[in-house]
Amino acid sequence: MTTHFIVHDKADTVGVVVVETVKAGETITGWVLEDDSTIKIKALDPVPLGHKIALGDIKKGDTVVKYGHDIGMASAPIGKGRHAHIHNMKTKRW
Amino acid sequence: MAQGKKSIAAAKSKRNGRSLDFWGYRRENGRVGVRNHVIILPLDDLSNAACEAVGNNIKGTLALPHAYGRLQFGEDLELHFRTLIGTGSSPNVAAVVVIGIEPQWTARVVDGIKKTGKPVVGFAIEGTGDIGTIAAASRTAQEFVQWATEKQRERCTIDELWVSTKCGESDTTSGLASCPTVGNLIDKLDPLGATTCFGETSELTGAEVVCAARAIDKSVQKKFMATWTAYNAMIERHKTNDLRDSQPTKGNIAGGLTTIEEKAFGNLQKIGHKTKFIDVLKPAEEPTKGPGLYFMDSSSAAAECVTLQAAAGFVVHLFPTGQGNVIGNPIEPVIKLTANPKTAREMKEHIDLDVSGILRREMTMDEAGDALIDITIRTCNGRLTCAEALGHREFVLTKLYQSA
Repeated sequence: MTTHFIVHDKADTVGVVVVETVKAGETITGWVLEDDSTIKIKALDPVPLGHKIALGDIKKGDTVVKYGHDIGMASAPIGKGRHAHIHNMKTKRW
Repeated sequence: MAQGKKSIAAAKSKRNGRSLDFWGYRRENGRVGVRNHVIILPLDDLSNAACEAVGNNIKGTLALPHAYGRLQFGEDLELHFRTLIGTGSSPNVAAVVVIGIEPQWTARVVDGIKKTGKPVVGFAIEGTGDIGTIAAASRTAQEFVQWATEKQRERCTIDELWVSTKCGESDTTSGLASCPTVGNLIDKLDPLGATTCFGETSELTGAEVVCAARAIDKSVQKKFMATWTAYNAMIERHKTNDLRDSQPTKGNIAGGLTTIEEKAFGNLQKIGHKTKFIDVLKPAEEPTKGPGLYFMDSSSAAAECVTLQAAAGFVVHLFPTGQGNVIGNPIEPVIKLTANPKTAREMKEHIDLDVSGILRREMTMDEAGDALIDITIRTCNGRLTCAEALGHREFVLTKLYQSA
């Protein structure tokens, strides 16, 4: 079974796509490293290799969690299954 | 503790039945190198032309042109000397010819390198001119290279190996797999007495507290936080926006990294899960606390960081990349690994180890770490890295501020 995305930690709100193409509307399989579990999600955007997909609805201003840690905030709402990147996220530093 | 580590390694370090001994060059001061370069080292920018002429005259030597060395002062000048002396002192270097515009600072570099016991001679251009200097320096360089090429490799143990790491053009696959592969190697080699180093002060921003917790004790932790805070204050002082145009880089962003915090947590995977760092080094500072993991205060720009680590005496470098940074170093072989399947395929000639199998669940982290140990030992034994074969020799000095 193909692993389409990987999640570092159970607490993470985003996962990383590890295949070269994920199309909008595709139901994809994720591997959670922390507990070796498998999850499924429907992608609502095309997401390129290495880019993040939201695992739940993230509100504007919410902290985005990856590696079980704060990696910045949502600068716009990010719906479950949407592509999360510089268009809807930003650093809390600098 | 350091002694305990040494005795373990001395008892013939092996993993999976395979010896971790390697074939290196033992230098006059006892340190072990994995390359045997004769370098032609300019004190300053003005001496680059003469150094390159000598490097061209005498085959098998290597000129290291750079941009600085005039009118520097204070800590910036100290760093300049530390980097040049450290580069010449590297166990990967058999002998050194130094050329400077004037004799006094040239002598300072020569005297610094001389402490290692290796052959080193300086030449000054003023009063002689380029042509006379090149002729005299070429005669010395020829003697040095003929002497050095008779040096034989001998069997060395893993506790004699100094390994540095820094990643570049990272993407999310770096944090998922290629950086943790380096971390796996460090967790395996640290108990065997290897000396290792990570850096990239600015690129730990967001993960600085988690990194500080990996210090061996409170005083090292405090030293790390003071170093990170000073670097961050420098960024705050000079920044014109949230660094969106430089950190993360355009390549990082293309590869899916969004924020410095995300990049920092990926970066930190390189130090593994168990290993604690035992000291904080100034840029290009040689470690003095014995075997173990060191943090070096450094820029996160690849060539600057690797140049500083090489000058501190590290002899082989592990460089995880996501989008395909092509960096090399003139004296320290740079081993590149990637977990990005697209980079492994499209930039094959730059990648020494492909660990993209981790993402397909075809390779475990433990297997990837062992594969990296294997290619590291082979590189130490003499195998040219991709960057060496392709002629990447980025020698980039760190400059702290303007010259006077």
